[in-house]
Amino acid sequence: MDMNRRQFFKACTAGVGGSSLALLGFSPQAVLAETRNFKLARTTETRNTCPYCSVGCGIIMHSLGDKAKNARSEIIHIEGDADHPVNRGTLCPKGAGLIDFIHSPNRLKYPEYRAAGSSEWKRISWEDAFDRIAKLMKADRDANFIEKNAAGVTVNRWLSTGMLAASASSNESGYITHKTIRSMGMLVFDNQARV
Amino acid sequence: MSSLQTLDITQRSATTTPSPQVRTAGVEVAKLIDVSKCIGCKACQVACSEWNDIRDVVGTNVGVYDNPADLSADSWTVMRFTEYEDKEQNHLEWLIRKDGCMHCADPGCLKACPSPGAIVQYSNGIVDFVEEHCIGCGSCVTGCPFNVPRISKKDNKAYKCTLCSDRVSVGLEPACVKTCPTGAITFGSKEDMLEHAAERVVDLKERGYQGAGVYDPAGVGGTHVMYVLKHADKPEIYAGLPANPAISPLVGLWKGAFKPLALLAMGVSALAGFFHYVKMGPNDADADEEKSDSTAAHQEQK
Repeated sequence: MDMNRRQFFKACTAGVGGSSLALLGFSPQAVLAETRNFKLARTTETRNTCPYCSVGCGIIMHSLGDKAKNARSEIIHIEGDADHPVNRGTLCPKGAGLIDFIHSPNRLKYPEYRAAGSSEWKRISWEDAFDRIAKLMKADRDANFIEKNAAGVTVNRWLSTGMLAASASSNESGYITHKTIRSMGMLVFDNQARV
Repeated sequence: MSSLQTLDITQRSATTTPSPQVRTAGVEVAKLIDVSKCIGCKACQVACSEWNDIRDVVGTNVGVYDNPADLSADSWTVMRFTEYEDKEQNHLEWLIRKDGCMHCADPGCLKACPSPGAIVQYSNGIVDFVEEHCIGCGSCVTGCPFNVPRISKKDNKAYKCTLCSDRVSVGLEPACVKTCPTGAITFGSKEDMLEHAAERVVDLKERGYQGAGVYDPAGVGGTHVMYVLKHADKPEIYAGLPANPAISPLVGLWKGAFKPLALLAMGVSALAGFFHYVKMGPNDADADEEKSDSTAAHQEQK
């Protein structure tokens, strides 16, 4: 290459200038990254009970927003409640994955009705659902209620309908459930807790 | 840098400038996994996936309880189940080990990593990957004595257990530790964990496990994830847990002796090229040569 004195000085100046700029911090380097920030810093914490089994572990649901008027809450994380006497913060694999249970696209969010012979589920209102359940229960109870047994002893049994109740219940809700079910004479009554 | 303010960095990959050293190190933390208490429920796997917002693909049953079958960029901890047959005692034992990053005091991944600041070690002992700096070369995978890091197919970056550095930095325990229903996973200062482990070893020995012991291998300077093993005398039976893990000598060779030599060779050749260019110039073909070449080519075509 034919490089004269002038060109040599130009090349040197450009090189020194470029490297000085880089040293001054103008280099095209990625910004200094850091690890993840703690995602629960200002979430709203709500205590609840795990809905799965009868152990009834305490959970804390962390949701976005501080419950301000214009903020719509959304649960982003669930973990065990360290202050709960049952589980003291621990959760089994099902409980530990509750967040996906809540956000599951298959989650049932409203009553649905499938007519006999039909393969299609239709959304109905809670009122319609309650009315229909009450009507069917009354009809069945009227038809199959056993007031006295063969020996003539009053038994007041209703054996043709049963009920599955919730598991994660307090003593009080367990008491009310019993009162409701037994007062109708229903004997077939079960839940995971067998209370 | 907010989250790093509570966690000073003591080691940074491919970096020679010294780390901050003024503040005292604080508490050295450790996770202790007592395999004798583990029932293999995988709550730790789910809690890890939930906390770190990673969801692995739904896999297929491979005939054993291991699910997923191996660590991946989306599964930072997995339970490894082993049916161990003791020929001498004539009995079968079902061994379950929670596998994941051991957070070595002397991390092979960090030593092997060529990207500045892609792997860091905090003063509390946690070894963390900073994916923004990761170039996806896979050196950490070969540098790891426990075969833990995995390169993601989505972004070609390396991922592994962080020991929930985002939780620990604000004073919480890792997600797997919190959820463990049997208390097989515990977390605290390394000192307390060693003390607790020693108690467990005494207990296990009283129950007839003469080989019981703590797994805190010296070959990697000790670890910040330790095991209590019923058979610490033969850790290999726990799905291949290495008895004497050590960083491959090749890592030391490449990063120690070879790297400065290679850099020197690169510098010398670049300099030689520059001076050759300045002094000799480009290899120009002179006009006569070019003319005779083209006429020769013409004749050949004819």
